[in-house]
Amino acid sequence: MKVLIVGVGGALARQVALKLREAGHSVIGLDRRPWWDAPRDIQVHEVDIRKRAAEDVFRRERPECVVHMATVNALSASGEERARINIAGTRAVFDHSVAHGVKHVVVVGRHTYYGASADSPLYHVENEPPNGIGNFPELADLVAADLYGANMLWREPSLTTTVLRLVYTLGPSKTGTLSSFLRGKRVPMVFGYDPLFQFLEEDDAARGITLAVEKRPRGIFNVCGPAPIPLGTIARETGRTVIPVPEAILVQMLGRFGFPNLPRGALEHIKYPIVVDGSAYRAATGFTHTTDEVDALKRYRRISPV
Amino acid sequence: MARDEAVRDLVDRLELPFNSLGIDPYGVSKKHLTVFFKALGFMYRRYFRVTAVGVENVPKRGRAMLVGNHSGGYALDGAMVLTSMLLEMEPPRLAQGMAEKFINMLPVGSQWSSRCGQLTGLPEHAERLLMDDRLLMVFPEGARGTAKLYKDRHSLVDFGTGFVRLALKTRSPIVPLGFHGGGDAVPTVLNSSTLGKLMGVPYVPITPYGLALPLPAKLSVHYGKPLVFEGSGDEEDSVIIGYVDEVKARIAELIEAARVAKERAS
Repeated sequence: MKVLIVGVGGALARQVALKLREAGHSVIGLDRRPWWDAPRDIQVHEVDIRKRAAEDVFRRERPECVVHMATVNALSASGEERARINIAGTRAVFDHSVAHGVKHVVVVGRHTYYGASADSPLYHVENEPPNGIGNFPELADLVAADLYGANMLWREPSLTTTVLRLVYTLGPSKTGTLSSFLRGKRVPMVFGYDPLFQFLEEDDAARGITLAVEKRPRGIFNVCGPAPIPLGTIARETGRTVIPVPEAILVQMLGRFGFPNLPRGALEHIKYPIVVDGSAYRAATGFTHTTDEVDALKRYRRISPV
Repeated sequence: MARDEAVRDLVDRLELPFNSLGIDPYGVSKKHLTVFFKALGFMYRRYFRVTAVGVENVPKRGRAMLVGNHSGGYALDGAMVLTSMLLEMEPPRLAQGMAEKFINMLPVGSQWSSRCGQLTGLPEHAERLLMDDRLLMVFPEGARGTAKLYKDRHSLVDFGTGFVRLALKTRSPIVPLGFHGGGDAVPTVLNSSTLGKLMGVPYVPITPYGLALPLPAKLSVHYGKPLVFEGSGDEEDSVIIGYVDEVKARIAELIEAARVAKERAS
């Protein structure tokens, strides 16, 4: 099967590309970022999905399946640019897919869709509405991209659409939200809060996404692996030192003293958990993780010492 | 009689799916439970000298709901019920309460309630815990129950109905419990909502001696035989209210039994 990966320049997307290639699929990539050491048989088009040239890739290559991994969060892009990438980019993926005969689109979204707040339940299921936009408006465009993908389930019934809400990933690429949080020797946390975090080892996450390509489940699915564990435990088990800081002080430190300039709402995500129930995806695809949470942390401690 | 077995050993014997870090899928932590129950164990055994009657009525395994009355100006009752399940049951069980939403908003309160398995009171949490064959602790009087004044300490206020629908939907037995003595430990004469607002809680109970620190009153909890109702949870309110009244009446009997037993003992 010919599979086009949009956003192939990302670390996880590359792993998905390699896994699909290993499985015998013909893989092409599209990203405005280069993939310098891509295997020869994976053709990478350095094009922004929102530009006209991107449609030509769809027109010429006629992929059967498109995996959309070209969304960004508030850590990697800000303001209007982030909204343009997430919303206009997602729309372009579907417009081109519908126009050029794509049979299956996989949208790789995030479990942060559900939002973090004091009164949100543990183990979100797929039919829940997003509840985090009120306290973290910067999530809105990612939520909109997710819902746009979900809309296609009824707007384009001839196209099989799979929307994945993937938990955080942890692994050798040392990229992603959780890895960014664990970058330093000392990990600041909000004093008195220690939310559960759910993550998949990168290899498992990539395998989870390739299963969507192969099994073609139609619908919206949470993708998760091992049971969640507290963020403080994650930090300690990976060799970091937790520094609990009262919230009022932590807010003042954002953007100063080497702390990332995060939106205030991002603090909700290190106060309250976002934990999802992945049973529907397991039932639809047979997905199971191979690396449990304890082994994943041990491995990360080895590959990312401080 | 509460066992003298070390709390750490009892926590180790909890039949929960802890991982090798001692954390279960709901974030319950063996380390936090041990600290929590060491403190509560002292209060249970030495300070309040709690008597638990009918513990054998609580299923040893599988889903069940402990449903009781509030007694005392704050969740003293719940804390002692949790402790009785760990100290008195064989094998020990972790009862999981439905915490008031404000607790999860408070620093430290958020972390400790979560690590000790006391999740925010949401229907989703209650249903999931029961479907996972956990032991759920519910006080259908809600915050109005803890706000009872000293003069009303043996009474019951209105019960919510959600717990019966949940029991029917999940086919869970309801184990009624009557808690006695909390009103003597925290003799509330007034509830200050102004102080509560300042502290981020619904209200602060005021006692004749000012502070709401508990007196060393003798407490008791009586567990009744499980009640099992037939239905789907989708019945009309009139049917559900009938079941609620049945549970309420049973709890009132258990409170009375506890009161009589205390009088006889003294």
